[in-house]
Parts: sequence; C-alpha cells; structure tokens
Amino acid sequence: MATVEFQGVTKRFGDVVAVDDLSLRIGDGEFMVLVGPSGCGKTTALRMVAGLEQPSAGDILIGDRVVNADSPGRRDIAMVFQNYALYPHMTVERNIGFGLRQRKMPRSEVQARVREVSALLGLEELLRRKPAQLSGGQRQRVAMGRALARHPQAFLLDEPLSNLDAKLRTQLRAELKKIHQMLPTTSIYVTHDQVEAMTLGDRIAVMSQGRIQQLGPPQEVYDRPTNLFVAGFIGNPPMNLLPAAARSGVLTSGDLQMPSPNSAEGEVILGVRPERLAAAGDADPRPGFDVTVDVVEPLGSEIMVHGSRVDSAPGDAAAEITARLAVGAMPAPGERLRLAFDAETAHVFDAATGAALRSS
Amino acid sequence: MRFSWPSPRHLFLAPLALIMAAPLIWMAITSIETPDQARQFPPVLIPHGIDWHNYTRAVDSAPFGAWYMNSIIVSLVVVVSNLVLCSLAAYAFARVRFFGSNVLFIALLATLMVPFQVILIPTFLIVRHMGLIDNVAALIFPNLVNAFGIFMLRQFFRTLPIELEEAARIDGCSRVGVLTKIVLPLSVPALSTLALIMLLWTWNDFLWPLVAINTEKHMTLQVGLSTFQGQHQTQWTVLMAGNVLALLPLVVAFLLTQRSFVRSIAASGVKG
Repeated sequence: MATVEFQGVTKRFGDVVAVDDLSLRIGDGEFMVLVGPSGCGKTTALRMVAGLEQPSAGDILIGDRVVNADSPGRRDIAMVFQNYALYPHMTVERNIGFGLRQRKMPRSEVQARVREVSALLGLEELLRRKPAQLSGGQRQRVAMGRALARHPQAFLLDEPLSNLDAKLRTQLRAELKKIHQMLPTTSIYVTHDQVEAMTLGDRIAVMSQGRIQQLGPPQEVYDRPTNLFVAGFIGNPPMNLLPAAARSGVLTSGDLQMPSPNSAEGEVILGVRPERLAAAGDADPRPGFDVTVDVVEPLGSEIMVHGSRVDSAPGDAAAEITARLAVGAMPAPGERLRLAFDAETAHVFDAATGAALRSS
Repeated sequence: MRFSWPSPRHLFLAPLALIMAAPLIWMAITSIETPDQARQFPPVLIPHGIDWHNYTRAVDSAPFGAWYMNSIIVSLVVVVSNLVLCSLAAYAFARVRFFGSNVLFIALLATLMVPFQVILIPTFLIVRHMGLIDNVAALIFPNLVNAFGIFMLRQFFRTLPIELEEAARIDGCSRVGVLTKIVLPLSVPALSTLALIMLLWTWNDFLWPLVAINTEKHMTLQVGLSTFQGQHQTQWTVLMAGNVLALLPLVVAFLLTQRSFVRSIAASGVKG
C-alpha cells in the first residue's frame, strides 16, 4: 500500500485542458472518490496515475516516488475498467492470474492467490468459464478479482458499476465497501454518480472543468458546499437555488424575507435542500415559500413535490421548487402549499462568483 | 449439419456455384481421360474408364517433385514471415503514436495502387544486384512483407477494445507482450485470412517466378506446369493432372481455414 499524490498536474489534449493544475494527496489506505460530470477530467486524472496518459506538467507520486516516467506495469497499481476489459480468450482463472504470471510469480503461489480472491468474491464455480459465458455482475466480480489478486499499491476504479442495472449496482456498491473495509488498500474511484461518491468515499473530490471544486468527507461536502457547482451537483434531487438580495442583514427573495445568515450585501443566491423543506401552516414563523403544486411523486418512504412559487412569473425556471416531504397528507396538483425551512439550514452564495458565503 | 429447404436465393446461388465449379470439374475429368477422349467434341463429360497414367506421366515427365518442393518452401516462408512482420508493423500503425505515422501509413497504402508490372523491372534489377536471380530466394525475398497485410491487420487490430491492451500493460506486459499475449490470440480470424490470401497469391504467382527463375529445377509449380504447353501441341491430360496436384494444397488449406476465413470476410464487409 502507498499514498498517491498529484503535484500541480496538468493534462492538455491539443488546446483542451482536461486536468488543470491538480494537487491532491490520497492517504495510505484511503478511499478517494473523484466525482463530477462527463468531461470534468476525473478519468484523465485516474489514467495518469495508471500511466496510460502522460501529464503535460506536474508530477505523479506513488508512495513518495515520482512515477511520471514509469510504464504502467512498473507502477504496481491495478485498475478496474468500466467495461471490465477481461481477456476474452482466457478463462476466469487465467484472467485473475494473468498479472501474477506476468510478474513471474511461482505457479503454486498464483494458484493460491486465485483461490483466495475467488473465495472472497464467490467465483469458485466460474473459474473454468470464459468471460463471454458470464453475466454482467459476474464479469464485474472477475474484474475486481483480477485487481485484488495482485495485492497492488493502489486500486484505480473507473466507473466500475455504471454498466450494471440499478439493483446489482446497489448490491455491488455495498460489496465494494465491505472489501475495502477488509483490505484497506489505497483506492481512487471515479464516478459521475453522486450516490456512489457519498456512500463509498472516505473523502470525495468534486471536479469540474479539470479542477477540484471541493475536497472533503462526503458529509462535509453535502453540508457545506463551497460553491454553486458543488451545491447543485451533490444531493438528489439537487438543491433549490433562488436569486435573492441581501440588504442590511435582511435576505429578500420575492415575498420571502429572512434574516441574512452573514454580512453579505447585494445580489446573492439562496440555496435550500429539498429535504430541508417541510409543509407548514400559515402560522409557522419560519421562512418559506408559497408554491402551486405542479407534480407529486410518491416514493413510498417519502413524497417528492415539484411546484412553482406563487410570487414569481409563471414559467420562470428560478421559481421552481422541489421538496422532499415526509409521508402524510398527499398534496394534489394545483393545490397551494406553504413550504418552510429552518433559516440555519439555508446556504447563501455570491451571485457573481458562485462562492459560498459563510456566516462569520 | 441440419438440412434446410432451399430458399429463393438458392435459385440464384446454385447455378452461380455451378458456373464457378465448372472449370474445376472439367479439369478433374480431363485429368483422368485418355488424350483421345480429351480431344473429342462435344467433350466427354463422363469418361469410360479412369486413366491414372496422366498423373504418373506428369510426375515423371518433369522435375515435378522439385517444383512442388519449391512452391511449398516459397509459400510457407512467405506466409510465416508475412504473419510475423505484418502483425508487428500493423500493431505499430494501429496503436503506437510515433512521429510521421500517418504519412508513413498513407505512403504504404499508396504502394498498393501500383500494379506489379510497373515495379517488375526495378524489382528484377534489385534482386539481380543481390545475386539472387535463378534462386528460390528471389521468390521469397521481395514478398517477405506486404502492404496489404499490414493494412488488413491494422484495421482489424483497431477494432479490438483498447482497454484490453491497457489492462495488459497495467498487468505488466510490454508492448510486444501485449501483441503476442492479447492482440494476436484475439486476431486468429484475421490472421488465418491473411495466411490464406498470402498462400493463394504466392502459390499461384506466375509472372515473377517466370521472370526470376531460368533453370527448370528452380521453378515453382505454376511456371513448371506451363512448360507442358508446347508451341505446337499441348498435353492437356497431363497438364490437367499436374493442375489437380497443384490445386490440392490450396483446397486443403481452404478447408482448414474456411470457417474463420468466411467469418472475417463477413465481418469486414457490410453487416446485414
């Protein structure tokens, strides 16, 4: 096991900057998730650690050693690919043992390692099969097994669950977490799925346009997003972001007035998470919005309500509010509803820069 | 194989197959006829008896064994060296980023447009300069590697998922290891197609061996057989017997590789 570190790493493809001056240290045994939308540079960053891409500038360190010039095989890392990349002409057994045989490990030891990981992942029955004879979930497990058998310095996982159906994805996500708890190897996990990021990561790095927007433990990123991008990306459904104005300690957005949580003045964006909103009576003293209910989505354990604010023009996208309500009285479409929240759960962002404005 | 009823397209394909097969059938029939039967018109399609003498005469009347051996040596060496050298070059063109690779590849493709007749004399001069004229090596050396083979394999290699090669490199393979352990085992259809095509070309090549070889015992089968055709008369039955013998290795090779041959032709062509 080892640390993995990016030191001022930039990667350009022609004029396109895929990764922009990235500096990040992933601790020994840490599970780091790089999360972001398509094209944010997360996969490129991972491929540079693997040695499949060369950084245009900066250094990559594995275990405090600069590995820029090392071939992928010499870096002692293992990677799980999105499409698994199992060798189609080899059996499961040979797929798992391939990297070990390449490293000239004695045959008995290769067999022992293959047995060890196939027992761990429940692959014993499949060892004689070829990848084409496996289901998607089984292939994913074999790909994991091939990585685990190597006992590498670090695991690199490139959207390993995205080719699976929703149910299998949830199941394997939990298995991944269990495996990491048993064998805490330094792992870098790339995904665009914020649920995977939240559930798996010791820390997550939210990326956009080649830069890290925020780095921290999942709960902290969720509770204290540093800017509008992170606020909109992490959380499902996304945070409600509403234009507002702050004047002498009072925040105004349409009919809503609330004490400003900080000393900011001027144009701001008010952010309220859907799960912080609750249906309230007119007498409720908390700040809130009056909305006309557009769509109601009952989810069994909760109700998702999409509505438009009464105090703004119809069709205004900034006037749409999503709320995640506890099961109870089911609002009907067209009904008028008051949604209130606790002032301290609101987020305020600078309208011009998008940066979060914290209460001082 | 299961029997299936003929479909409308068989109405078209069956006569076409017959037209294709007709010369071969005629060749086989003539090879077991007497010279008298072979000269009759209308042709005798069902011979009265089988005359194997044409075969013994073909084998005895000329250094047939030497021709056969020459053809086998030239074809085998050319096929093997093409498989090795074309796959190395094709892999470099398919996956290795190096300066000028595109220009080089286009130049390589351009050589495919030049008919052999145009380079016949320069090739002859080079081979003569190397002192190889009238030597079997003259038939091997210019054909060790082939632009068509590089092109064909490069196109095939590019269809393989690159993640397989990346996974192998992470698993510790060198570039050559990736080629031999991952890419080539997955390219058996393309490789057997190339082998068969090169075998056909080399085995049936006539013009270059005719120019490069003068001595009878250094000839290949195709050139040697042509000596059966005299200026004033041709021993058709013996010639056809020789042709049947010359065709046999190709038939065997095709039967061995036809599965992957047909599959790769189908895969490289239009799907549907």
